[in-house]
Amino acid sequence: MSSPAFLSPSASTIKRRRKNFIFQSICTLAALLAVSILFILVGKVVMDGMGRVSPKFITSMPSQMFPGKAGILSPLLGSIFVMLLTVLFVVPVGVAAAIYLEEFTAQKTRLVRFIQVNISNLAGVPSIVFGMLGLTVFVVIMGLGKSVLTGALTMSILVLPMVILVTQEALKAVPKHYREASLALGTTQWQTIRRAVLPSALPGILTGIILAASRAIGETAPLIVVGAVGLVTFLPDSLDDRYTVLPLQILDWIGQPRAEFRTAAAAAILVLMALLIILNSAAIIIRARAQKKV
Amino acid sequence: MALADLNQSLTKRAAFTQVTSQNRARTISQTIVRAICFCCAMFSIIATASIFFILFSESLPFFQKVSVVEFFTGREWTMMGAQQKFGVLPLLVGTLLITIGSGIVSIPLGLFVGIYLSEYAPSKVRKVLKPILELLAGVPSVVFGYFALSLVTPALRGGTSWIGEILPTLNPLLPEFRPANAAAGAIVVGFMTLPLVCSLCEDALTAVPKSLREAAYGLGCTKAEVIAKIVIPSALSGIIASFILALSRAVGETMAVTIAAGATPQLTFNPGNEVMTMTAQIVNVSKGDVSRGDMRYQSIFAIGLTLFLITFALNILAQRFVRKMGRTGS
Repeated sequence: MSSPAFLSPSASTIKRRRKNFIFQSICTLAALLAVSILFILVGKVVMDGMGRVSPKFITSMPSQMFPGKAGILSPLLGSIFVMLLTVLFVVPVGVAAAIYLEEFTAQKTRLVRFIQVNISNLAGVPSIVFGMLGLTVFVVIMGLGKSVLTGALTMSILVLPMVILVTQEALKAVPKHYREASLALGTTQWQTIRRAVLPSALPGILTGIILAASRAIGETAPLIVVGAVGLVTFLPDSLDDRYTVLPLQILDWIGQPRAEFRTAAAAAILVLMALLIILNSAAIIIRARAQKKV
Repeated sequence: MALADLNQSLTKRAAFTQVTSQNRARTISQTIVRAICFCCAMFSIIATASIFFILFSESLPFFQKVSVVEFFTGREWTMMGAQQKFGVLPLLVGTLLITIGSGIVSIPLGLFVGIYLSEYAPSKVRKVLKPILELLAGVPSVVFGYFALSLVTPALRGGTSWIGEILPTLNPLLPEFRPANAAAGAIVVGFMTLPLVCSLCEDALTAVPKSLREAAYGLGCTKAEVIAKIVIPSALSGIIASFILALSRAVGETMAVTIAAGATPQLTFNPGNEVMTMTAQIVNVSKGDVSRGDMRYQSIFAIGLTLFLITFALNILAQRFVRKMGRTGS
């Protein structure tokens, strides 16, 4: 028994269904391709560098002469140093700015809107331009030299818009009745912010800080402009020491002609990525915990 | 009697409404905190203003020696030797080549991934896919540079020689890829900006009201037809904004192109050649030890100014599109 003719799809319907299928396949394939890019990239770095990563690699100094013995102690510590200082500088300013924009301005005045537009514009400025700002303000005008301090200050301005924007989102997510309940008890606005709003926005703010820290670890261009150097074989022990960071050491090794340095670069990339993954998973854990609480 | 009563009640009332010293301290600290927060918010304006001011003032001495016309029309950039030439065209074309190439990679791919995420992906898949894309966005630029040198360029070379073997007639058309080349740089920058396009496109598509889709389904459209004829057109300004932002990011991208695309400023449109972008030139000068009076030092501020103005214009344009989306969406 065959189905009646009017139930079988017409030629144009078949064509449309085929198009539909093709379109869906293209979209799915695109998503698969995007994911595979990350896996290929990570796979390539792991294959090239895994054999080279060892405790000794992390605890010995870099070298441009002996690729087999070279390590990443000074760039790794430089990176961590710059990251910690950046977080130290940027968190108070960024969080305070976000508090002003979200909590202290009941009406969105012209000035507030201007600051807001300005922050999103600042977020779109190429990172290397921040390097030139740092070079002029911190190195030339303030005379801080090509030091860890200059690098961290420059990096702080670079990640500032990001910290402000993420903190604002976190503050926006705090329910309004928290504030109202607290204000009804006769507190000032600042007491409300400190005791009711900030504690509940804390996970969101922490996530933002971690994102800023991982950006500070990965960025290189502005640090080159403010004078971080490719090869440093001593540990920075004060704020005005010369320094290098991991990405810069990687850049230096990639530029070396000998193939062993390429391997060292891959190994250093692995350490860098491991650092970033640790930071990111911390952010994910904080986010998940906060969601469970609510 | 009545008067005394009134008096008494008035003094009571005064005591009640009187501001206690504790209360005053609270108001003062509130004012101080507010002022501090205001200063921090103003800091972002100061930062933007200083960027403008510094780029203009520091490139001024440069433009006194090299005219603006010469800078923008010069076809050569050489800093070595006695004959220094500062024509920004080769750098501008290098940047353009990388930006357009990255757009060819990131725009279609990002749009399709965005469509997949917002229209097709089951929520479980989306939960896995989005963090993966975030991770891709977090990979440092230097790593993409390494990726370009160690995998993309060899793949491009292998690919072209393979095509050349099976289709010998195409041989003269195929570019020969140098160890550092514009194509590899463009491809990895495309990968870098891909997550941005994906997530912004997804946001724009998800914001399209459900009623529009349902109306189209009700008319008998297939899913692909609904997406292509209803969802994408309504989300168009958001999608375009994502494209522009990705291109703007590509213009400012530095480390990956410095590593992958080379350090030879030349006016070429051949994707197999080495090109130097504006950002790579700034890095190149900064790596050497140059002092403030040096012409090379001043030249990077002229390049920085050009770079800043281009990205600034692109970002403003993108914001326009975003605002337009907000209007039509509501």
